[in-house]
Order: sequence, then structure tokens, then C-alpha cells
Amino acid sequence: MTGREIRDLNLAIGDAPILRDVSLRLEAGQILGLVGESGSGKSMTALAVMRLLPAGSAVQGAVMLDGEDLTGLTEARMCDRRGRDVSMIFQEPMTALNPVQTVGDQIAETVVIHGGSRAEGQARAADLMARVGLAQIPLDRYPHELSGGQRQRVCIALAIALHPKLLIADEPTTALDVTTQAQILDLLQQIVAEEGMAMLFITHDLAVVSGLADQVAVMKRGVVVEQGPTAQLFARMQHPYTRALFAASRHQPPRQTLAKPQPLLTVREATRTYRLPRSHLFAAPGALEAVSRVSFTLHKGESLGLVGGSGCGKSTLTRAILGLEPLQGGEIRLDDQLITPDMSPSLRGRMQVVFQDPYGSFNPRHRVRRILAEPFHLTGSPPDIDSRIGDALTSVGLDPTDADKFPHAFSGGQRQRIAIARALITRPDLIVLDEAVSALDVSVRAQVLDLLADLQGRLGLSYLFISHDLTVVRAITDRVLVMEAGRIVEEGQTDQIFAQPQHGYTQALLAAAPKLPEAAA
Amino acid sequence: MQLWLGAALTLSVVFAAALSFLWTPYDVTQLAIAAKLQPPGPDYLLGTDHLGRDMVSMLMVGARTSIAVALVAVGIGILLGVPLGLWAAATRGSLVDEIVMRGNDVIYAFPSLVIAILITAVFGPSAVNAIIAIGIFNIPVFARVARGAALSLWTREFILAARVAGKRGARISVEHILPNITNLLIVQGTIQFSLGILAEAGLSYVGLGTQPPTPSWGRMLADAQTFFYGTPRVAVLPGLTIVLMVLGLNLMGDGLRDALDPRLRRSVQ
Repeated sequence: MTGREIRDLNLAIGDAPILRDVSLRLEAGQILGLVGESGSGKSMTALAVMRLLPAGSAVQGAVMLDGEDLTGLTEARMCDRRGRDVSMIFQEPMTALNPVQTVGDQIAETVVIHGGSRAEGQARAADLMARVGLAQIPLDRYPHELSGGQRQRVCIALAIALHPKLLIADEPTTALDVTTQAQILDLLQQIVAEEGMAMLFITHDLAVVSGLADQVAVMKRGVVVEQGPTAQLFARMQHPYTRALFAASRHQPPRQTLAKPQPLLTVREATRTYRLPRSHLFAAPGALEAVSRVSFTLHKGESLGLVGGSGCGKSTLTRAILGLEPLQGGEIRLDDQLITPDMSPSLRGRMQVVFQDPYGSFNPRHRVRRILAEPFHLTGSPPDIDSRIGDALTSVGLDPTDADKFPHAFSGGQRQRIAIARALITRPDLIVLDEAVSALDVSVRAQVLDLLADLQGRLGLSYLFISHDLTVVRAITDRVLVMEAGRIVEEGQTDQIFAQPQHGYTQALLAAAPKLPEAAA
Repeated sequence: MQLWLGAALTLSVVFAAALSFLWTPYDVTQLAIAAKLQPPGPDYLLGTDHLGRDMVSMLMVGARTSIAVALVAVGIGILLGVPLGLWAAATRGSLVDEIVMRGNDVIYAFPSLVIAILITAVFGPSAVNAIIAIGIFNIPVFARVARGAALSLWTREFILAARVAGKRGARISVEHILPNITNLLIVQGTIQFSLGILAEAGLSYVGLGTQPPTPSWGRMLADAQTFFYGTPRVAVLPGLTIVLMVLGLNLMGDGLRDALDPRLRRSVQ
């Protein structure tokens, strides 16, 4: 008996049904990809298998592992199983490790809890570190001394310490750069094949699944709507939801190039350095060049993409462009006017920004009306302020009556629309979109991209579109800048860069990006 | 539960204090040596002290003094400490931040009650000087709470959005930061309030706070010392009142902390 199966799993929290008749079959040495948007119940499925559900949950159905039903075990017996037979990797490697324990101790802990000695634990930890490709990292390092990708490797080592039969990975690469993501996915695939464990891989990203999983299950509102072997599923796509998800993932908003030859934003030799702490009391403080000698031009009506991995300096550059932080060298001009932290309000009013996090970008204590009116601080309140707010809401597809609600009354996608409305309110020339669609579900993301393309066409806006997501950048930009370690390494027309990347870093980025299979008929 | 018990205890003392402005069973400035140290009975509900003053009336007026001193002292702490903390957070890393916070460290470095005794000893014992002495030591407490909470808010995107809208540090602090840290300030305020009551009682006990004939809980304790073996009641009653008031405030503070904890609120994730 080597069956690993989830059978007719039903879950309700309080009165709300979360999962309905979820049945999944996993094979040893294979990966089952579970795909769905936020709220589809994919993470809850994982937690139900681990029996780590929030209080007030009622589960029915069976989780069979080698002929034994996990849902029937007592908590004490289940504790014995967790880590040994079923184990899990989480999304956020930054918070999944204890910051005050060395990585070696954390890996060894799993072994010790399940009856191993400390020495065995340490020895096993050393093996595992080598297994996940971290042989060069000593066991006495603390999590903060490792990069995000290295931390996720440690989490994987932790999870496979006792050769579990079932490994659950809940969005394990979502928080990582594309290049790191590709490496982690390779590692997972290799471990699953070699150790003969079954893996449940949970993600929102169809492209990741298509390249990784042997089987795919698509989940919508607590129901598995379609499942089957990966190639077959993508070839047929029988359920309309699967097709919708697929279409949304590769959505290209209809747009044409509206760029005019006049430059709007010119960045010349921009350099931004941070002071580092002194290494000892009398040493001169070091400096970190986050952005070094960056130059580019953004034309009127153009949509310019800025791509790069985390820590490449794109956020720092954004803050300098928005005039929030001073430059240490070079200059940034908007229509020949110099951008500095002390620039005039009228100049500042010509630039607005949309941030990534639809939950963090509003003061939770203000109503939408007050949130939208905030940029009027720059221009003074116009007499027709109420109709301006109503117009802004209408133009992003919301209702003028929404102005009296609080932000928490809206979904993530709606909040991002509010953020766009706030950016539009002063009728700016340039909107900086800082990872503006990265936190959204694919279907919502497609709608927001459509909205952005439509607004650009109607209002003649210029966009500076900052993202790590190459698919999105490809869909919405005319030209792309590729940034690595504070420098622009490649610049060119979007189509051209994607078709024929010249620089090694761009090539690596594109090669690492997960790709969707070609659309089936 | 905690919150309601705490609020009930606190409010009953506050009510007694408020009532004392309109009515007390007896006049507390009226001495009646003949009726000294009377046991509790129908005439005097909780008996009388060594000068024949009614204990109930004394405790009621004493509550008034304690609350007034502690409230004004906390007020001083909030009015000076919170703006300093917000200012330090708005200019984080700058010289202003350093000066404000190191100044706070200096105040923190002295044992508060000892300095309060010094201040009242130099400027003369009085309720006003007690208020000032206790108030000064509340400033760094609020400054630190405000700065710490504000610092984490300053990294949030809605603050960045406000900066893009051209708002300056002062305006952002008032419009965006302050409303989001009121929870913390209310909770801290309750705790400082109870510490203020204790401090006032302590100062009055050593004779440096409220001066006779104005009754105060600490003063009552000091007066009762001589008679403690014969009639423990005269010391136990004010002592118990102080304990209940401080307990009530602490329970209320804890309860408020749980009820207002931003981590439990979805809207402020």
C-alpha cells in the first residue's frame, strides 16, 4: 500500500463552507500541482491534510496515507506524523525560520523531535544542507545571514529531513526572484524524483505548474473543477474556468503605441548611495551604491518597463524619481524641471504612483473620499471636488457612491482600482506603477491591465512600469529597461528584448521565467 | 471580562470623586475630636480617623485629589511626549531624533520617585509640584511609545502615498500616524494613570505631595501609621482603595490592549 490520497474532503469554518468534495490522488515520485486563485481553498486543503486548521473548522472525508486515515488520528499521534510522514514548505522563507536559532539546529530539531539524538540530528542536518545545495554554508549560520533563495532551501531541507511520504509546498517560490525560483523548482523536482515522495505543489501560477507538475488540479471556490495529467489538461482544458485562468495568465490588453518623440522624464547619470554603518568606531563609514549612473528617457505617452530582480535598485530609483529621496549624483528632470525632494507642489502633482500592496496603500481609518482627495494637497482643492472624485471612481470602473466606504470594504482588485483613481485625481502626466499588479490574482490582473491600457489611450498618460514579472511587462510596455545591481544593463523595444535579449542577465531572466504551454485550440 | 471588571472598579472610584464635589456625608475639614476613631456604624459608615473625620468622606475627596494629580500628570506626558515622539519618528536618524531620544534616556536614567522627591523638596511640597514631578517622568514613556509605533507606520505604503502627495512630516504625523497609534496611547495612558496614582500616594505619604487639610490617600496612610496597632482599619481602608484603583486601571489597560490590538483588526493588517 503506497497510496496517498485525499478523498471527498469537506471543510467548513463556522458556517462558511470552504472545501466541497475535494479528491486528489498523489503518486510517489510525482508532483501534483494544485492551481487556484486566492480564496479558492488551495491552502486550506494543505492545512486540512496537515491538520493545522484554524479553530472552529469542521472536516469530513479522508486523507489516506498508506492505508491509514490521517483525519482519524488523535492530535498526539498526528504530531508524530507531522514532519515524519507529511511535511510542508511555506511561502515566505523570511518568516518560516526562527531568527534566533542557527539553521543547523532548526534542521536537526525535526530529527530530535522524532526520537533522534542531537548528534544524529547534526549529522543529518549536514547531509541535508549538502542535499539542497548549501554544502558551502556552515550549520551555525543564522537565517538573516542567508539570502531568500538560500532560506527557502533550508526550509526544504527541514521538510525532507525524515523522508516524508507526502510533501506539501504552499507557493514556495512566490516570494522569490525568477532566477531563484527556477533553481528552487529544479531542486524540488529532483528531490521528489530521487526520494520517491509525493508532492502537492500549491500555486496561483499556471506557468509554474505547467513546467513542473506531472498532474494538475484546478480549484475554484473550494471545488476541484478539473484534474488530469499536465500535458493532457493543458491540451484539452475542458472546464471553462481553466480556460479563463489560462487566458487571463497570458492576457495582452489591446493597446497601441502612443509614444511621441518629446521626452517627458529624463534621468541622467542618477546615482543614489546609502551610508553603511562604520565597521569600527574610527573607520570611515562605507557606502552602498544602490543606483549607479543610471540614464534613460521616458517619452510622452510612452509606457516604459523597468525589470530586475529584488535588490537591483529599482525601488530606490523609483523613490528618487518621485522626489522622495535625494540623489548623490546626476539629475532627474520632468519636462526640464529638476526633481528634488523640495520641488514645487505643482511639479510634484504631475507625477503620481500606484504601489504593490492593495492592503497597505491606504490609511485604514480614512474613507475613500479622503483617500482620493489626498493628492489635492498639491494643487489645492478644486471647487468641483466631489464630481472630480466621482469621475475618478467611474473611470476606474467603480461607483461614485463608493466614496463613502472604507477601504476594507473592497477586494484586492477593487483596492488597486482605488489606488489608480487616487493617482489619476490630479490629472498627472506620469504614473509610476510600482509592482502595481504583482499582488493580484490573474483574472483581476488582466482586468487591471485592461484598465491601465484603456486609461493610457484615453488620457494620454505615460507609465513607468516597474515589475519583476516579465509576462506583465511584456503585455503593457513599449520599451523595457533591464536593471541589475544598480545599473541598467539593457534597454530596447519590448518585443525586441523579449525576442533577442543581448545581455547575459536579460537572457538568464528570460530563460528562468516559467512559460505557459502554447494555447490549445 | 477583564475590561469590564477594570472599568467597573475605575468608574466607581471616578464616580465617588465626582460626587464629592456635590456631596459628602461629612465635611472633611471639620474636626470632631470627640468622635475620633469611631468604629464603622450607622453614623459613620466606615468609621472616623484620629481627628474624628468621616472615612467615607475622606476617601471620596482623596479620590478627587489622586485622580486630578494623575490625570494632569498623564496629560503632561501625552501633550509633550507624543509630539516629541512623532517628531523624532518623522525625522528618524537625524540630529533631532538623536537629541529627543537621548534626552529621554537621560530622564529615564534617574529613578523617578527620587527625583520627584527632590523637585518637591526644592520647590516646596504641594499638589502642583507633585503633578509637575510626576508629569515629567511620563514624557519619555509616551515619546518612546509614539516613536516606536510611528516608525513602523512610516514604512507603510499609505505614508509613501501621502509623501507623493507632497505632504510634509508634521502633516503626515497628525493626519496619518496619530490616528493609527491612538490605541497604543490609550492603553499606555491607562497604565501611566495607575502609576501616577501610586506616585501621588507615595509623595503624599512622605509629606511632599498634597498638603493638609486637603485629604489624599497617601496622606491618610501616613496619618494612620501611629494608630495602626489599635485601629488597623484607618490604614487598611485607604490602602485597599489604592490597590483597587490601581488594579482596576491595570485590568482596564490590559483589556483595552486586547480589545484594540491592531494585530487583531483586519483593517490594519
